[in-house]
Amino acid sequence: MTRLRAVGLALLAPLIAVVVSVLVTTAVIAAAGSSPGDFWDAMFSNPLPRIRVNIVNQAAIIYISAVAAAIAFRMNLFNIGLEGQYTIASFAAASFAGAAYLSGFLNVAVAILIAALVGAAWSGIAGILKTTRGVSEVISTIMLNSIAITLVGYLLNRYGVHEGNTVHTTNLEKSSKLTGFTPYEARDGQIWALCLLAVLVGVGFWVLLSKTRFGFDLRASGQSETAALASGVNPKRMVVTAMLLSGGVAGLIWMPALFGAASSYGTSFQAGLGFTGLAVALLGRNRPIGMAFGAVLFAFLTAQSNTLTFSTDISPSIVQITQGIAVLAVVVAYEIVRRWRSRLEQRDVAKELAPVGPGTAGATA
Amino acid sequence: MRRLTQLSAVVCVAALALTGCGSDSDGGGNGSKDSASKDICKTAKGDGPKIGLAYDVGGRGDQSFNDSAYAGLEKAVKEFDASCVEGEATDGEAESAREDRLRQMADGGATAVIGVGFAYSDAINKVAPDYPDVNFGVVDGFDPDTEANKNVAYLGFAEEQGSFLVGVAAAEKSKSGTIGFVGGVHNDLIKKFEAGYTAGAKAAKPDVKVLVNYIQESDLKGFGDPAGGKAAAAGQYDKGADVVYHAAGGSGAGVFDAAVEADKLAIGVDSDQYLTATAEQKPHILTSMLKRVDTATYDFIKSVDDGKALTSYQVYDLKADGVGYSKSGGFVDDIASDIDGFKEKIISGEIKVPTKP
Repeated sequence: MTRLRAVGLALLAPLIAVVVSVLVTTAVIAAAGSSPGDFWDAMFSNPLPRIRVNIVNQAAIIYISAVAAAIAFRMNLFNIGLEGQYTIASFAAASFAGAAYLSGFLNVAVAILIAALVGAAWSGIAGILKTTRGVSEVISTIMLNSIAITLVGYLLNRYGVHEGNTVHTTNLEKSSKLTGFTPYEARDGQIWALCLLAVLVGVGFWVLLSKTRFGFDLRASGQSETAALASGVNPKRMVVTAMLLSGGVAGLIWMPALFGAASSYGTSFQAGLGFTGLAVALLGRNRPIGMAFGAVLFAFLTAQSNTLTFSTDISPSIVQITQGIAVLAVVVAYEIVRRWRSRLEQRDVAKELAPVGPGTAGATA
Repeated sequence: MRRLTQLSAVVCVAALALTGCGSDSDGGGNGSKDSASKDICKTAKGDGPKIGLAYDVGGRGDQSFNDSAYAGLEKAVKEFDASCVEGEATDGEAESAREDRLRQMADGGATAVIGVGFAYSDAINKVAPDYPDVNFGVVDGFDPDTEANKNVAYLGFAEEQGSFLVGVAAAEKSKSGTIGFVGGVHNDLIKKFEAGYTAGAKAAKPDVKVLVNYIQESDLKGFGDPAGGKAAAAGQYDKGADVVYHAAGGSGAGVFDAAVEADKLAIGVDSDQYLTATAEQKPHILTSMLKRVDTATYDFIKSVDDGKALTSYQVYDLKADGVGYSKSGGFVDDIASDIDGFKEKIISGEIKVPTKP
C-alpha cells in the first residue's frame, strides 16, 4: 500500500505538470484568438528529417548547458553566468583552434580543454568573490555575463576576420573539422560528432553525484550547509569547486557546433544557450535523466517553430511561452506534491504514534 | 479533503495568472499578428511568383529595417499578382534554424527567397546550391566563400553615402557645434554609418565636434534597447550636442525620447521615421537617413518575375536611389540645396565617402 502510494506520488508530479502545461498553453493560444488544435497538430507533426537532425544537435548542446546549471544548483548556487562563461570559452577555443598551432584531432582536443578551462576560470571569479567577499553569485555572474560579452565583442572587432558586414575568428582548417553522422541525405545535415560530449557530460555528472565522495558532499552542502559543515565539509571549498565545475562544463556548450558546423566564432555563434540550460535544469529537476528529457523537449519545440510559422497563423513566440509554462508547471507541481507527501507522512507518523499519547506527537513538531 | 480544495485553488489561480500573463505578453507580440491577418501574405493568392521573406530578429513591426522589406514585398505582390510566405528569426536561434526557414520556403514552392539581414549570408550560401531553380537574395549580405553562387543576389547598400548627407544636415543645423552619433552595436555595418556621418559633418563644417557612442560592443540586444539608446543620447545632449543621429534600429525610440526631453534634435534611420514617430517626437526629428530596403526587395522580386533574376553583388547607393535622406516635417528644406550639392558630388565621384571611421 505504502509502496503503491510512493509510486503514485512519484508519477503524480510529472502528470500534473504535463496536464497543467497543456491546459495553460491551450488557454493562451485560445486567448490570443488562434486555434489550439492547429498548434498541437503543427508541434507534434512528425518532424522532417533535417529537423530531426537539428533536434538531436540542439538537444545535445542544451543538455550540456543544463548539466552545467545543475552542478551549481545542487550546491544551492544560482549560476546565471553560464551565458558569459560559454561565450568567452567558445571565443577562446575558436581563436585557438583557428590559429592552427596544432593539427587534426590534437587541435580539437586542446581547444576543448581550453574551453573548459576558460569557462571554469570565468565562473571561478564569481566563486572566489562569494567565498572571500560574500558577493552573491547571482549578482556577480550577471555582471560577468555583460563583461564577457563586451570583452569578446571588443577582441573580435579588433583581431577577428572582417568579411562583408560580419566578423569572425579564423576558420578552422579542414583537418580540425569533425565529420559527424549523416542519418539521412547529405542536405539534411549531420549529427555533430561532439554530441558525444553531451553523453560523456551526462554520465560524468551521474557518476560524480551518486558514486563519489565529492558528489555526496556537494548534495549535502546543497541541502544543509550547517549539517555539511558539522560533518567536516569545507563549504567555501565546495562553493569554489562547484562554480569551477559548472563553468568548466559551460565552456563545452558550443563545442559540438563549433567543430561540427560553424568552424568559427562569429555570426553563427548561438547566444542564449546559458539561459536555456537554466530552464532545462529546473525542468529536469537537476537529474541526469530528467534533464535529458527536458533538453529533447526544448529542442523539439524550438525546432518545430518554423513549421508552426508556415503551417498556421500562430506566432512562434507561443513556443517560448510553452517552454516557460512547462518549467513553471514542473516547479509548481513538484512543490505541491512534496508538501502533500510530507503532510501524508506526518499524518502516518501521527497515526502510529497516536496510541502512545498526544504528548509525544506534539513533541515531534 | 480541505488540502485538496486548497490545492485545486492554487492550481486554478496559477492557471489564471499564467493565462493572464500569457495573453498579455502575447498582446504585444500579437499586435503584429492582428495586422498580419490583414497582411498581404494571408490574402494574396495570385499565380505570379511565390516569394519567401525571412526577417531578421525583431520581425515585422520594427518600424525600421524589417518593415521596409515588407513594404517592398507588399508593392511587388500587388504588382506581379504574386503570393508570399513570411518567417521570422528569433533571438539566439541556431544557425540551423535559419537554414531550415529558408529550406521550408523553397520546399513550399517559393521561387524568390529573401533573407533580410547579413545574418542570413551563411545560411543562404549553404542552402542555395540545393535549390538551383530558386533565386535567393540577402539584404546586406555577402558570399562567405570563394565559390560564387549562380542563384544568389547580395543586396548591399552604401549606408555611408546616405549618412554623409544627414551628417551635412546635422552640422548645418547645429548651433552648438557639437553633434552626436548613437550606434546600436559596434559592428562593421554600423561603423559605415558613423564614418559617413562624421565625414559629412566635417565636410559641411570642418570644426564640428562629433560625439560617438555605441550601445553594445557586440550583443545584438543593442538594436532593441530603447533605454540604452535614451541613456546614450541623453549623455550626448548633456555634453552639448544638439543633433544626434542614431543607427540603432529599435533602440532609436529611446534616442527620440531623449531628444524630446532635452528639447534638441534627432535624426532617424532606415525608413522615414518622422512618419512613424509620436506627435510629441515629430518636431524633434530633423530628417532620416533612408536605406531603401524596400527598393532592393522590390527590385529583386521584379527581376525574378521578369525571368532575369539579379545575381551577385548589387549596390544600392545614392546613384541608384538606394540611400538618401527624408524631408518630412520640412526641417531641412532651407538647407536642401546644400545637401543636394553634396549628393551630386558623391554621385559624380568628386567626394569619396569613407566606410570606416
